[in-house]
Amino acid sequence: MKAINRRQAFALGGGFVMLTLMPMAADAEVTNDAAKWIEKFTGGKQPAKGKISLDLPEIAENGNTVPLSINIESPMTAESYVKDVMIIADGNPNAGVATLSFTPLSGKAEASIRIRLAATQNVVAIAKMSDGALFTEQKTVKVTIGGCGG
Amino acid sequence: MADKPRIKLPKEAIKGEVIQIKTLVSHVMESGQRKDAQGKTIPRKIINKFACEFNGKPVFSCALEPAISANPYIQFDARVDEAGTFKFSWTDDDGTVIAAEEKISLKA
Repeated sequence: MKAINRRQAFALGGGFVMLTLMPMAADAEVTNDAAKWIEKFTGGKQPAKGKISLDLPEIAENGNTVPLSINIESPMTAESYVKDVMIIADGNPNAGVATLSFTPLSGKAEASIRIRLAATQNVVAIAKMSDGALFTEQKTVKVTIGGCGG
Repeated sequence: MADKPRIKLPKEAIKGEVIQIKTLVSHVMESGQRKDAQGKTIPRKIINKFACEFNGKPVFSCALEPAISANPYIQFDARVDEAGTFKFSWTDDDGTVIAAEEKISLKA
């Protein structure tokens, strides 16, 4: 929220928070290109549950930096490894968050990033294995101050 | 211009060991959705790709969207089978590449 300095933010107070949060909350239901992202990644195949452990806080006080850790069960050998993992936030203005690409040299299918969440929503991870198998996991994160994509 | 990226990894490893690598680069990651005080949209400026390779072989890469926080922090692992050099690169929307490298040796 660099555009608004501290004094302005205080002056606007609650009204400011409402104004910035309201359109985002509406977006969460309307502009959902999450399905499109998932379709593109999976090619229409239905991913199975399991193999993924997705670590996110239940409540994020600040949607601007929400720590996300992911770990996928895999031997990570040349024959069998996790190839790509797509992360989707279904309530953000743009559903895409990141696509992580692993190789057998990664050793472990494990990564941590920090993400922005505009409002309370589901974060979905879909993993594609080297043999084409798909796995998914999702977590709901309650956001008290919206990241607003910024 | 962005500051030098911060990278944390061990100086040496046992052959076959899986090490953890932590990286952080200073960047605004402007999403292109915010408006300034005049109501004008602030143009998008994000790092859209991060990649790490070891002795020329890809280890880990990551496509980043505007939903990544400012000053992107990325942590991942790598298996070390030989001594060598890790190369890291962050690619900005405007084509700028922030590059860094770190050496690792094998424990005797």
